Amino acid sequence: MLLDVRNLKTTFTTGAGLVRAVDGVSWDVEEGETVALVGESGCGKSVSALSIMQLIDPPAGRIEAGEIIYKGRDLLKLSEAEMRHVRGREIGMIFQEPMTSLNPVLTIGRQLTEGLEIHEKMDVAAARTRAIELLGLVGIPDGERRLAQYPHQFSGGMRQRMMIAMALACNPSLILADEPTTALDVTIQAQILELMRDLSRRLGVAMLIITHNLGVVARYADRVNVMYAGRIIERATAAELYSNPRHPYTLGLLRSVPRLDEPMRERLVPIEGQPPDLTRLPKGCAFTPRCAFRVARCDEQAPALEEVAAGGHVSACWESKQLVTKAAA
Amino acid sequence: MTEALLEVTDLVKHFTVSSGMFGGTTGVVRAIDGVSFSIRRGETLGLVGESGCGKTTTGRCILQLERPTSGSIRFEGVELTGLPQSELRAVRRKMQVIFQDPYSSLNPRMSIGEILAEPIKVHGLVPDQAKREERVRELLAQVGLLAQHARRYPHQLSGGQRQRVGIARALAMEPSLIVCDEPVSALDVSIQAQIINLLEDLQSRLGLTYVFIAHDLSVVRHISDRVAVMYLGRIVELADRKALYEEPLHPYTSALLSAVPIPDPRLEATRERTVLRGEVPSPLNPPSGCVFNPRCPIAADRCTAEIPSLREIKPGHWSACHFS
Repeated sequence: MLLDVRNLKTTFTTGAGLVRAVDGVSWDVEEGETVALVGESGCGKSVSALSIMQLIDPPAGRIEAGEIIYKGRDLLKLSEAEMRHVRGREIGMIFQEPMTSLNPVLTIGRQLTEGLEIHEKMDVAAARTRAIELLGLVGIPDGERRLAQYPHQFSGGMRQRMMIAMALACNPSLILADEPTTALDVTIQAQILELMRDLSRRLGVAMLIITHNLGVVARYADRVNVMYAGRIIERATAAELYSNPRHPYTLGLLRSVPRLDEPMRERLVPIEGQPPDLTRLPKGCAFTPRCAFRVARCDEQAPALEEVAAGGHVSACWESKQLVTKAAA
Repeated sequence: MTEALLEVTDLVKHFTVSSGMFGGTTGVVRAIDGVSFSIRRGETLGLVGESGCGKTTTGRCILQLERPTSGSIRFEGVELTGLPQSELRAVRRKMQVIFQDPYSSLNPRMSIGEILAEPIKVHGLVPDQAKREERVRELLAQVGLLAQHARRYPHQLSGGQRQRVGIARALAMEPSLIVCDEPVSALDVSIQAQIINLLEDLQSRLGLTYVFIAHDLSVVRHISDRVAVMYLGRIVELADRKALYEEPLHPYTSALLSAVPIPDPRLEATRERTVLRGEVPSPLNPPSGCVFNPRCPIAADRCTAEIPSLREIKPGHWSACHFS
């Protein structure tokens, strides 16, 4: 096991009250595996990744409980200096908006070599050689010339390639990618995702992809965790999740998107209602107000994740066993 | 054949780029470079393409938010280009727009009721105040909101509810044409389907005509009757949605369709993908010949020399490729 997140709880104190952004979540990533956290805005998927890197801003944000075991060590017990080393060297991170995470006044070269000099103790010449190699690895040709350029001289797709190069610089074992292609055009999105998959396989880097896009997950993830209102409500291998969804929310998401491979539909089947207000979550299951399969018990008690099929397929729904027959009706 | 509500002919919009202290012209961005199409009353035309392809500028030219460099836009039989501002006002009421991010287009200091009542009052559609309040309630009901939402402020609503307000505000003007510019792309997946269903219901109930601008090809296929694919300021393919998605004739359309991931791992595992090389060239300096040629998997010598015109290859199916 490369990364094992256990019972993670992260909260934010806001004007409207306490928000349990991540509310007792457990998931893991094996060596070399690609795992997805899927869900809509506010479900806690990004906060989960930020918690791992301990980039939650105090005093409003706080990791209240849990363990984040990475290669046998609990990251939550490390000092800030040790954590900085983990961030720079062992776990890479890619964000949605590369422009906001690149320094606009530093050259591409400097941004790549800085980490190499600090974490890998390389001298200037060695760091430069490695930087050119990294640009080649992510498909940016003419690295020599590119090193002298600034981020604004790069296109959106090139900037995201640059982010990937930075994340890979110190040979990490894990990359956290938070909506890595959401800001990109479809054809560029395809280029970046194929590149990430190729690199992950070639270099044996494990990946955590955080996304709202069910299509992206289908092609690139081995296992998928679906989140809703701060909790994981279903987890399975990608193949199993899409063919045999066992939570009404997952089922609803899959049914609500029009698909290019399906005959055209007269009408879409949306999930009714509004996303949950995180400061006022119901006592029972947070999805109850929007759920088409709810029963009396759902208002009273939140269901825990339970195995519903072989291969580690778990779902947090009182009706998960009956869902298949009910959904067909 | 019903009448054309909107006819766009040879539309061109160039922006000049100036730089330096004296503001000398240093370049021309060819945002739209000769676009023609027409839309029948009650029809939905999808405009798809990647950023910088000119789809949004086309929408803005139709609405006369940008005055085109050349070309013609006829709406309900009236030529809009060159129409003086005073006469434009009346026409504009009939053409409304729904934006991607309703939050930035709703005044945060006005209640939803005020946001909806103001344009009705300004345009003198319902002069009587009591009747106007009734009209606001009717509009809210039409978009699936409750009467009490009139007293709320934009920040008190969710993204989906705000987009419903954006739609209600467009409907307040009793338009015949609505330009929907990425109306669902900022919304959560579970809410997108609600808004798309609402737009379809309103269309059949009120006989609306839509220009639906989006980059999501699955959504465009669902909602459109016909689809125009744009690339670097030009329409490269235009067809009935079924023909466009099932038998695309332009290599760019095929590549776009193949780039869309499908939410089915079993299918994705065996699916061949055409990943286009390179990126969209700058509209400041478009390639010679066919604008798609540097990225095209089937480009030949002819493609760098000669601009392919948009030709009707099959009845109603147009493509701008030498090899279609």
